[in-house]
Amino acid sequence: MATTPRLGALDPAAVDLTAPFGGGTLPNPVSTASGCAGYGREIAKFQPLAELGSITTRTIMPYPRAGRATPRMAETPSGMLNGIGLQGSGIEHFVEHELPWLAERGARVLVSIAGERVEEFAECARLLNGRPGVIGLEANLSCPDVDNRGLVFACNPATSYDVVQAVREVADPVLPVYAKLTADVTSITDVAKACVKAGADGLSMINTLLGIVIDTDTLRPHLTGTSGGLSGPAIRPVAVRCVHQVHAAMRAGEFAAVPILGMGGIRTGLDALQFVLAGASGVAVGTAIFNDPSAPLRVLDELRAALAARGFAELTDAIGYAHQ
Amino acid sequence: MAHPLQRQAEIVELSPVGGHHRLVLRAEGIAERVLPGHFVAVAVGGPDSSMLLRRSFFIHRADPTAETIEVVFAEQGRGTRELARCRPGDTLDIVAPLGNAFSVPSGAVSALLVAGGYGSAPMFALADLIRAQGGSVGFILGAATGDRLFGVEEARALTPDVLVTTEDGSVGIRGRVTLPLTEAMRAIEAGVVYACGPTDLLEAVAETATAEGVRCFTAVEEDMACGIGVCMTCVLPVVGDDGVSRFARACVEGPCFDGSRVRWDEVGTIPADIEGAAAMGVH
Ligand SMILES: Cc1cc2nc3c(=O)[nH]c(=O)nc-3n(C[C@H](O)[C@H](O)[C@H](O)COP(=O)(O)OP(=O)(O)OC[C@H]3O[C@@H](n4cnc5c(N)ncnc54)[C@H](O)[C@@H]3O)c2cc1C
Ligand SMILES: Cc1cc2nc3c(=O)[nH]c(=O)nc-3n(C[C@H](O)[C@H](O)[C@H](O)COP(=O)(O)O)c2cc1C
Ligand code: FES
Repeated sequence: MATTPRLGALDPAAVDLTAPFGGGTLPNPVSTASGCAGYGREIAKFQPLAELGSITTRTIMPYPRAGRATPRMAETPSGMLNGIGLQGSGIEHFVEHELPWLAERGARVLVSIAGERVEEFAECARLLNGRPGVIGLEANLSCPDVDNRGLVFACNPATSYDVVQAVREVADPVLPVYAKLTADVTSITDVAKACVKAGADGLSMINTLLGIVIDTDTLRPHLTGTSGGLSGPAIRPVAVRCVHQVHAAMRAGEFAAVPILGMGGIRTGLDALQFVLAGASGVAVGTAIFNDPSAPLRVLDELRAALAARGFAELTDAIGYAHQ
Repeated sequence: MAHPLQRQAEIVELSPVGGHHRLVLRAEGIAERVLPGHFVAVAVGGPDSSMLLRRSFFIHRADPTAETIEVVFAEQGRGTRELARCRPGDTLDIVAPLGNAFSVPSGAVSALLVAGGYGSAPMFALADLIRAQGGSVGFILGAATGDRLFGVEEARALTPDVLVTTEDGSVGIRGRVTLPLTEAMRAIEAGVVYACGPTDLLEAVAETATAEGVRCFTAVEEDMACGIGVCMTCVLPVVGDDGVSRFARACVEGPCFDGSRVRWDEVGTIPADIEGAAAMGVH
């Protein structure tokens, strides 16, 4: 490795990967991205869940949701477009049938929650208090707000504020509340600021970007929902920009600094390192899991090696290093 | 679901069979886990490929002694074109075996195996299993054109009860596999029907078998992003043991389903009575 800006290469085994998470820490920074690892059962066949810093569940609503009709996906260059529509059996089913299984395996579970109304987010949060295995909540703000013309919560600092505040109010104080942001906004830092002011203990970014694929045989949009979410390496530069921008605003003192969970196209340890250097304290692997089901643990190993090769003895030394 | 393994598989053979490609892969620990109806998910183009999603193929044969699995694939788009350009000695990252295998009733049964195109790939291991239990098999193999048929000789080597159909009439009976279906079921007194091929074929076979009071198992082929059960792209409406319809994942709850449980005419829609339909505004 040619680039050793700091002390020279270290032994990867000696790198301290302890990662800031909410007001506390996790043993390492790698999580799975919501919707890309189910509830853990399937990827557990490819890596022990307890070795990951955390696993993020797919987004759970208070009630069962069928999701959209198929086709729900299209492959795109270095990415994919999905329109799953948050299929799930609801929060009670999760708490009863999925969470205990995860807890038994020592998984640290970041539960992604959502609703179509502010109260629905709070309803989910309430049911997660005191449950073994749960280490935090991620409010997926990319849900349409039925009380606000179906506009996505995360598009608006005020509605984002309302959700985070409602969740923070009912959630157990020991559980960090993360707000998951979208990059499909004029100013992601304005939304980030609103979330932190409302009490968010961390920010997850970014969710998928809105896109459309048109089927040139049927001459119609390929997904039944017309547009869908673009993910994968194709969106990585956008995601790294968002993390960089929000971290810069925190450094400039525009609002309180909270840990950032970065995601968007992470496929390798070096991809993850970009997010860390931009200001992320944690990273989540998403679409890459579909290509390589053992990607999360591989990314962790590669990140450890990449930090060591650049002389970073501690992950925390590298967080935001690109701003120095 | 089978417990899948991720392996770097070596290409032992890649050769044309009719209008398809036969691909033989060697990888440790996989062949002995394979049951008829399982599939393999292949990553195309290596770790930097811009094609992120794996391509799925039914496992045609698995040989635990040689540690090989064999698939038959058609060139459809970018991924399968790239796969066809590989060479023996190259390695491919595979995940297998995946999915729920075909259910096989215990004891001696007379089974009709119906397949369209490469859909016959999983049928021969199934036929072996049924025959090993003292049962017998008949085949209806169909395709749009003659070069799209797969396994006709292999089927004839097993049984004289083989019907072949092509839509262009170039080989066998002109028309679809469903044309001689009822007659064939009665002729061999089929106690169970298995089908693999495009959705409209599966729907027609399931309908006919159910009308005749015969059990039917179908292997579906929904678009799959992950193949392992995490992404929820591959779903179709299926009635559960509790009588409730849900969007079931073709990759883990399938690809082999009891044909009478799949809501064929509603594939691609949100049935009003499916779990969670109300939340989608469907009533
Ligand atoms: C369980 C299962 C078993 C299959 N078995 C076989 C087999 O034995 N032989 C064979 O030739 N084909 C089989 N297929 C279909 C095969 O997976 C597709 O033809 C192939 O993925 C097309 O890839 P492509 O890159 O050529 O096409 P592209 O159109 O470039 O593919 C783009 C994306 O769409 C997906 N896709 C496209 N067509 C299909 C399809 N028909 N079914 C599922 N996903 C699709 C691809 O996997 C990829 O993710 C099977 C599919 C499934 C789900
Ligand atoms: C199939 C699929 C389903 C997703 N489902 C969710 C979800 O339920 N909730 C959520 O907050 N994000 C969801 N996402 C977004 C991811 O969590 C992640 O933010 C995004 O895909 C960017 O990361 P990636 O490029 O590594 O996948 C989903 C993404 C994909 C591809
Ligand atoms: S292909 Fe991902 S859940 Fe079936």
